[in-house]
Amino acid sequence: MHELAVAQALVEQVESVIDQHAASAASRIRVRIGPLAGVVPDLLASAFPLAAAGSRMERATLDLVDAPIKVRCQACGSETEAAMNRLVCGACGDWHTQVISGDELLLESVELETAPSLTPES
Amino acid sequence: MCDTCGCNLTPGNRHLAFKPVAKGATAVSVLKGLLAKNDDQAAHNREHFDRRGILAINLMSSPGSGKTALLEATLTALKDEFTCAVIEGDLETENDAERIRAKGVQAHQIVTGTACHLDAHLVHDALHHMTLDGVDLLFIENVGNLVCPASFDLGQHLNVTLLSVTEGDDKPAKYPVMFRAADAMLLTKTDLLAVLDDFDPDKAEAHLRDLANPAPVLRLSARKGAGMDAWVTWLREQLAAQRARVAIGQSRRPAIQADGQRYHRITA
Ligand SMILES: Nc1nc2c(ncn2[C@@H]2O[C@H](COP(=O)(O)OP(=O)(O)OP(=O)(O)O)[C@@H](O)[C@H]2O)c(=O)[nH]1
Ligand SMILES: [Mg+2]
Ligand SMILES: [Zn+2]
Ligand SMILES: [Zn+2]
Ligand SMILES: [Zn+2]
Ligand SMILES: [Zn+2]
Repeated sequence: MHELAVAQALVEQVESVIDQHAASAASRIRVRIGPLAGVVPDLLASAFPLAAAGSRMERATLDLVDAPIKVRCQACGSETEAAMNRLVCGACGDWHTQVISGDELLLESVELETAPSLTPES
Repeated sequence: MCDTCGCNLTPGNRHLAFKPVAKGATAVSVLKGLLAKNDDQAAHNREHFDRRGILAINLMSSPGSGKTALLEATLTALKDEFTCAVIEGDLETENDAERIRAKGVQAHQIVTGTACHLDAHLVHDALHHMTLDGVDLLFIENVGNLVCPASFDLGQHLNVTLLSVTEGDDKPAKYPVMFRAADAMLLTKTDLLAVLDDFDPDKAEAHLRDLANPAPVLRLSARKGAGMDAWVTWLREQLAAQRARVAIGQSRRPAIQADGQRYHRITA
């Protein structure tokens, strides 16, 4: 159950985004997860409220965005979709491929609640 | 670029990052790995190793695949050649560290309690209890678990994943995240192949290739000693490669983690 550890890491990152932008809370959090990241989206979704309890994002909506698995073939150059345990080229069948999508575990964006007149700063 | 908060702002994307979404709300584009904090700590651990020319290897497998037995046999084989040290990760007990110390080798036990994997912070804490000066090879035996250890960079240079012949040759197909991360796959307990009729080492290797993983597959028995020479030779080569990298100020992350950085295009 490392999803709780991942949820805690997510909460820490969002906390620092909130601080950095002098916001009061996060209302929406968007995370991109590929199947090859080793994190089960449903488990992360259920771990998040535990990790976020009492924080400035406890009422935030967590959007988990799927990232399809895609590989690029080093033999023929094709980019094809692939299954988690068959990362071979969909065009020529060669296994010398690179995963170009599907192993992401990325905090994409956060919607922050700010005072209406506040100008953003980094 | 603001690395600490990860908002990754440039003059070019600033307008995108702050597009207003509703009155009193702002959308901030972050685009940062969720485990960035662990990864930063892992990079710091790697600096500790590189500064001393140490090669760090993370051993992962199911519970009981023979990680500690392999280490015992390896430490015996290397004892006149290199100075080794071991970090042991287990949910409970000091047993594995005691088995290593019985070989006359420095070992630190991390007892994780409920955590089913090691992370970079746990390993850094362990380093503070160890003497790294003079160490050539550091082995980190992860918690026996084929799921989460693959997701946490510890600062190692190489991942070695064990698959014992009693577990079934389709494990790489069932646990692709773990086996994709292997820089070498070891088929262990091969002395038992004679009594098992359903483990085909070639099939195990084919399942690994299906994961686009070119890692060497070594077959060995820590108990009987078969195949140990090839494994020890691989370790020598890897240590030589690490020393060559350190000499020119370079390092190495386990292959899969480096890939992730290089090949991804981020699409919104
Ligand atoms: N027949 C045979 N048994 C082995 C071999 N290597 C390990 N074993 C046995 O497998 C069992 C588990 O070995 P360990 O080395 O403790 O396995 P481990 O992966 O360290 O286990 P955890 O740390 O609990 O995950 C023990 O009973 C060992 O004696 C081998 O090469 N051949
Ligand atoms: Mg062990
Ligand atoms: Zn191809
Ligand atoms: Zn910033
Ligand atoms: Zn340090
Ligand atoms: Zn875990």
